[in-house]
Amino acid sequence: MMRVSSARIALYVISALVLVYLILPVLIIAPISFSSARFLTFPPPSFSTRWYQQYFSNPAWMQATRVTLTVALFTVVIATPCGVAAAYAISQSKLRIMRIIHMALLLPLVVPIIITAVGIFFVYARVGLVATMPGLVLANVMLALPYVVISALAGLQSFDAAQEMVARSLGMNRLRSFFAVTLPQIKSSVVAGGIFAFISAMDETIVALFISGGQYQPLTKRMFTALRDEIDPTIAAISTLMTAASFMLVLLASARQRRSS
Amino acid sequence: MTTSVPDPSQKHQRREHGLMLALVSPALLVILALIVLPVGWLAWQSVYHDGFTLENYRRVFTEDIYWRSFALTFEISFAVTVIALLLGYPVAYLANSVPKGCSILILSLVVLPFWTSVLVRAYAWLALLQRTGVINQFLRYLDVISEPLALVHNTLGTVVATVHILLPFMVLPLYATMQKIPGDLMQAGASLGASPSMTFFRVFLPLSLPGMLAGCTMVFVLCLGFYITPELLGGGRTVMVSMLVSRNVELYNQFGAASAVAVVLLLSVLAIFFIVSRFISLDRVLGQK
Repeated sequence: MMRVSSARIALYVISALVLVYLILPVLIIAPISFSSARFLTFPPPSFSTRWYQQYFSNPAWMQATRVTLTVALFTVVIATPCGVAAAYAISQSKLRIMRIIHMALLLPLVVPIIITAVGIFFVYARVGLVATMPGLVLANVMLALPYVVISALAGLQSFDAAQEMVARSLGMNRLRSFFAVTLPQIKSSVVAGGIFAFISAMDETIVALFISGGQYQPLTKRMFTALRDEIDPTIAAISTLMTAASFMLVLLASARQRRSS
Repeated sequence: MTTSVPDPSQKHQRREHGLMLALVSPALLVILALIVLPVGWLAWQSVYHDGFTLENYRRVFTEDIYWRSFALTFEISFAVTVIALLLGYPVAYLANSVPKGCSILILSLVVLPFWTSVLVRAYAWLALLQRTGVINQFLRYLDVISEPLALVHNTLGTVVATVHILLPFMVLPLYATMQKIPGDLMQAGASLGASPSMTFFRVFLPLSLPGMLAGCTMVFVLCLGFYITPELLGGGRTVMVSMLVSRNVELYNQFGAASAVAVVLLLSVLAIFFIVSRFISLDRVLGQK
């Protein structure tokens, strides 16, 4: 009996340490961002919002923020309908090629992102899409598609397709029956997929490093270049804001999912 | 179906197929244009430069800097996978063995970093590990060390941050597999006189192997192509394959060489997925995020 409990205690201690390791870096950024010190000192000497002021008053950071938000919004608006339509077709159709198409739509998760990034850069260089807004949006749509497809498919799997058949047999056309019967029931999965698409576009860094430039650089690219040079606490302020935004969106998505189930 | 009379149900079916293909086509088009075409382009560029050539591949396989980078990348990925398994297994085991409320809490803590940008986490690790960073200051305050330790801008820093970022990919499949192991099996083992450690090693551990395989595959494969952490925390000495690709493009304009490196990396990843798929379903590996 003694052996059991000591093993159990070891399990608790190790797990607790691992969880601290997981959480600590997420928690450390906010105090740094509110510190008055130029260099990292811990505990912070005094409270200050100077890094936030520096972020909000710097036109380059503001421009990058606008680019990020625009790209993320367009990504959601394009990737969500495309992904939901594809998920609907994959779940309904008995065509054998759909299995292959389903796998193709998950490719962005399989191919190492650095390879995708370099490949897109070469293609964009040929067609003149480097350092443009449409180029950035398109790449992010591609990267976000798997999240929308996976999320919408999960919703469609728990939805009884016979309901839509009933609506159609009662005289509704396919489009109307989809919007009136199917979509309301998978709405939370669709919204969750859209939110994941937004977060994916907001956090995307590596493709942007290669294909964005000039005035169309998203926040992450500017942060990356800034981090390579020196550690500027302004980045802590931006990181804190980005993390807060991500968490709020995830909470929103999971609250929706819970309400539906 | 060899009748020459047009069958109305067949016609209907054909329309149905057409509609489904139309619905899937926008997404498919995006994927074809932005990932299939670019990767194909890389493959083409790796063997074609004013005529067919295998020069790029010869360089990748014979020149020191290339194969050393590949070796380092596989070493780091292996280390990261082993560490993630050792750290992730206890957490998944605990989450599986406590009441539902507690396990939700543990899993939320695991997934929480998932939703912070990789860049933000790389920054956090820089802040924690650098010479004037939080950990060094704390250790000096405690008088444990007199000189700051070199925790970052080396392989150590890369591994610490990479494990942190990839750990959720290990814990989630492990937990999913453990959930499916029936608890009575453990009781049966115990009732037959096995000690708790014996039931764990002889019954539980083997049954959790599919989860271990799924988690290890995902972590290893993601680590092979990792870019942000080695670039920001590796201090320029830890040149992983991803950095080789980016440097060949950005600094040296060696597009052919960069393409060849990318193709070899992609083939390694696909080979690993192929081998793993002989043992477990790939949905299990990919279905996590």
